[in-house]
Amino acid sequence: MSTAAANFDRRARPIDGFVSWARRNAWTLGLLGLLAALLVFTKLIQASYGVTGVQGLAISVLPLALAAVGQAIVVISGGIDLSIGSMMALTNVVAAVIMNGQSEEFGVVVVVGVLLLGLLLGAINGGLIVLTRVPDIVVTLAMSFVWAGCALLVLKVPGGGSALWLTNLVLGSLGNEWIPKAAVALLLVVGLIWIPVRRSRLGLSLYGIGSNQLAAFRSGVSVGRTKVVAYSLMGLFSALAGLSITASTGVGLPVPGPYTLQSIAAIVLGGVSLAGGRGGIFGPLVAVVILSLLRTDMTFLNLNSNFATVAQGIILIGVVMVGTLVRFRERRA
Amino acid sequence: MSAIGPAEIARNSWLTMAAMRRVLRDRPMIPLLGLLGILVVVIELARPGIVNTPWVGAMIRGAVPLAILAGCQTLTMITGGIDLSVGAVASMSGFVVATFVSSPGGWPVGLAVALVAAILAGFVTGVGVGVFRVHPLIMTLGMSFVVLGLSNVWQLIKVQAGGGVPRELRWLGSASFAEIVPNSLLVFVPLAVFILLLLRRTGYGRLLFAIGDNPVAARLSGTRAWQVLLVLYVLSAVLAAIAGFVLTGLTNVASVTLGDSAVLPSVAAAVIGGTSILGGRGGYAGTIVGVLILTVITSLLSSLGYPEAVRQVLFGSIIVAVAAAYTRVTSES
Repeated sequence: MSTAAANFDRRARPIDGFVSWARRNAWTLGLLGLLAALLVFTKLIQASYGVTGVQGLAISVLPLALAAVGQAIVVISGGIDLSIGSMMALTNVVAAVIMNGQSEEFGVVVVVGVLLLGLLLGAINGGLIVLTRVPDIVVTLAMSFVWAGCALLVLKVPGGGSALWLTNLVLGSLGNEWIPKAAVALLLVVGLIWIPVRRSRLGLSLYGIGSNQLAAFRSGVSVGRTKVVAYSLMGLFSALAGLSITASTGVGLPVPGPYTLQSIAAIVLGGVSLAGGRGGIFGPLVAVVILSLLRTDMTFLNLNSNFATVAQGIILIGVVMVGTLVRFRERRA
Repeated sequence: MSAIGPAEIARNSWLTMAAMRRVLRDRPMIPLLGLLGILVVVIELARPGIVNTPWVGAMIRGAVPLAILAGCQTLTMITGGIDLSVGAVASMSGFVVATFVSSPGGWPVGLAVALVAAILAGFVTGVGVGVFRVHPLIMTLGMSFVVLGLSNVWQLIKVQAGGGVPRELRWLGSASFAEIVPNSLLVFVPLAVFILLLLRRTGYGRLLFAIGDNPVAARLSGTRAWQVLLVLYVLSAVLAAIAGFVLTGLTNVASVTLGDSAVLPSVAAAVIGGTSILGGRGGYAGTIVGVLILTVITSLLSSLGYPEAVRQVLFGSIIVAVAAAYTRVTSES
């Protein structure tokens, strides 16, 4: 009884609360430290890096950041989605083709429609995985061909257009010139969708089926339904990512970008375990910014841009190696 | 006695549904070969006269590089892994050989350099997966970035030197003995026999299955998993390099992204062939049939004159359908 009380007292001290919070979020804090160091480094090697640099960074990370959030949700629930690049291409071209030359008001309808389309694409992926019981990686791999083909059916060569308000939503800054609209839009969208999900029963179920499917099932979680919801959320985020490409480029690009593998790289760097059930959304977001800033730095250093690809691979492997070693230490200790 | 009544059917147990499923489960080659046969019949019906000796030769020539790459996937998937770096390694190898054509020493030196580079890449991957326990998906993904970046750097260094696909590789990849038997079988048949014997007849093959089936049990019974995995990923990289040589000869193109588009089909072929992506189950014979099925499907879709977009959609749908049917037939319940 007394030890329990002592434990309680110890936990009540605010500094200990902070320590345990910091320990729980050590990975994300480390990433933030790395990001800060990279920003200082960028400023050192390129003194003129400033408002325009931050603006450009915010816009260039937007599609990958949204893709990474979607990928993180699916991986946390124990799956993986290799079709996100194709789903982004499909939603991107659908939006660009329908919006082309139409009124601004009609653009709102299109955006809502494309988001619903994203939900539907994700639900089809998830439904197929649950119904056929084929591993996630195989189904989404095959569906990546299907969605990419559909994108080519909608639009053969880059083209189409975007509503002006949609473009204005991500280009430029809000109030202070240091606050890019793209970053605000990103945080707003992710916060509005993820925080309610995370706080609800659904969020708990997502983590539950990711960490132990059988245990989750026995505690009354409908595994199949939760999986479909996870993939639908993924579809929603890929539609958002596709719309962000429409908005920032003003056209539809029917060929899938490198987003599928990049999103997996980003979430792993961001501390999401591929085994499922571990990690969050904030880490991957920071990781996406780090990867993008790294590429910028390589250009500033006048390094061959191909070394950026090499560096990305080495960082990906190195960080995951360190993470695995740290986790082993913890388990032994 | 002339008509077979219901009682006779029940007595002849091989005629019942359950028994047929048992046969299909124990002999997965039968439904796969059946599907292949049906596809050949369909293509003959759709385009009468297309199925002849040159057509078969073209199918085999096209299938050989993919079959070797699918061999990498089969071996790694049996241990519960996957090798996403095969595309980058294959392209790198073919490209390196081409850059050495006009250098002193000629293409044999390039061949040796490419093989050493591939072995190095495989060794690093093996150390990462085996010793540092990095997830194979991440490790090979990171390695593909590294290899792609370095080959791009190599491309910039050697861009003045020029070069082209050596005649010997073209002979190997796209020529046929007596206009019928493709020369690439000279490489493929020994490789296929090697992989088949490795998996079925050697202790090393059994270790691969053991690690994939139950890593903990394998460790407790004395398997040194890191040694097995190290050898496995070096082997996989060497196979990928050989596939790269054949592919370069087949397409008469040397490019650093030549093999990228073959990565996902190689995984799909192994899955269709009955190798479980979760590890512990599968074989190379099924994979070869899987590759032939994919090649014939591609030929069928293009001979029907469908545009690229429709072909991709059908290709993806067929993979999902085959994998789903396969899971249904082979599942225990």
